[in-house]
Amino acid sequence: MNDFLAERVVSAATSSFTEHLAATRPDLLPINRSLPLAGVSAVAPPAAPHGTTIVAMTFPGGVLMAGDRRATMGNVIASRHIEKVFPADRFSVLGIAGTAGIAIDIARLFQVELEHYEKIEGTLLSLEGKATRLGAMVRGNLPMALQGLAAIPLFAGFDIETGVGRLFSYDVTGGRYEELEHHSVGSGSVFARGALKKLWRAGLAEDDAVRVAVEALYDAADDDSATGGPDPVRQLWPVVYTVTRLGGRRVADRELATIAGDIIAERSIARREA
Amino acid sequence: MTQQFYVSPEQLMKDRADFARKGIARGRTVVVVSCRDGIALVAENPSASLHKIGEIYDKIAFAAVGKYNEFESLRQAGVRYADVRGYSYDREDVTGRGLASVYAQSLGAVFTAEQKPFEVELTVAEVGHDVESDHLFRLTFDGSIADERRFVVMGGNAERVAETVVNGWTSVASFEEAIRLAAGALQEERAEPVTLEVAVLDRDSETARGSRRAFRRIGPDELAALVDGTARQAG
Repeated sequence: MNDFLAERVVSAATSSFTEHLAATRPDLLPINRSLPLAGVSAVAPPAAPHGTTIVAMTFPGGVLMAGDRRATMGNVIASRHIEKVFPADRFSVLGIAGTAGIAIDIARLFQVELEHYEKIEGTLLSLEGKATRLGAMVRGNLPMALQGLAAIPLFAGFDIETGVGRLFSYDVTGGRYEELEHHSVGSGSVFARGALKKLWRAGLAEDDAVRVAVEALYDAADDDSATGGPDPVRQLWPVVYTVTRLGGRRVADRELATIAGDIIAERSIARREA
Repeated sequence: MTQQFYVSPEQLMKDRADFARKGIARGRTVVVVSCRDGIALVAENPSASLHKIGEIYDKIAFAAVGKYNEFESLRQAGVRYADVRGYSYDREDVTGRGLASVYAQSLGAVFTAEQKPFEVELTVAEVGHDVESDHLFRLTFDGSIADERRFVVMGGNAERVAETVVNGWTSVASFEEAIRLAAGALQEERAEPVTLEVAVLDRDSETARGSRRAFRRIGPDELAALVDGTARQAG
């Protein structure tokens, strides 16, 4: 009886919120749901909103992540207000491209996972540890990804140990890859990457990095119909977060409006076609 | 076969209560004080890593006296309860009252059904908009629950410490004043300097720190600066 109790206590003593849910409330895990007809790849996935382009880059003393505001469902714009970049904890952010519902749930679970660890252990998880946990969540979603409901994150954080900003990208199997300088995911990422290659440079100041991110998203929106550009009519700007030694900060709309306004003005004057 | 002696339920419960009370009385004192800036939690604790005060959720903190392994398991269970609830409903739906009644049930069940009752006393503190809307739930080893006002003192010298706190308590005290009051009460009549563990629940963490998590630990340096000038504190 006592052995049984001790065993139960030890097995319950996990610092992971996801493991706790898996043991006690598996129905609440976003990655534990499966569609009917699992494994039948011929079935078309249900129509669900998709989020598109996320860009991220490092700058001295931190990282930056930005996402556009459009979600599409086939050829229809499902939302102009969606947010795809989320603060994960004080020192990290994640952005997710792919099926919006799954992406938002993974982000929410990841936020609780990190906070839960911090409260149980009394210390922050290392940046590597956070990146690994996120990889496990992406892998957990593999069955649904194979049925067409994939969500691929990009993870960025400030590494307190080494004092630098770092970037991690993932594949659908949960494979984790550290990226240097900059990276982009989502359908507009090919165009955003092209822009980043030209605009990013070593030693970029934080303000300039914000501008580079907005311009890269502008280029993605220019050529990818699923990515939304800055919307001066509705006053909608990308969601941009920076993370430095001081923690995460959401760049204010006022600041983004000025930057987007400048980019639009410059391009109007240049009158370049493509 | 040996015949079991008959023990009346009254006697059994009394023995268990006495046993738990003795365990708690050996513990070092914890003071939880509601004040203008929020709720200050001050504990006498020689260890820098084995905490008696902890964060449970956005506006909720936990303080305990007694056996470390017992209250630590309760604290972790509380964090799990709160995180599951906040994740499956919404962060607003996690309340101090809900948490306190879960604790009351588990403590009550252990007290009556297990070999030995938990030798712990807990406070669940939830910070509100003002001193009036703060909640301080005090839970004892048998699962009884009390909704306290202003402050809670638990542990070994609770009565003496409470006397000092009640005399100095005011609703308009800042954190600095509240912590000094609690630290002074813990230090009183003690020859050796007392090592303190201090944390606060900020009343306005959203505006002041941009964080919905009100819990903040006061580090040794900040604490030394806070209580400097009153009793000499050892970090």
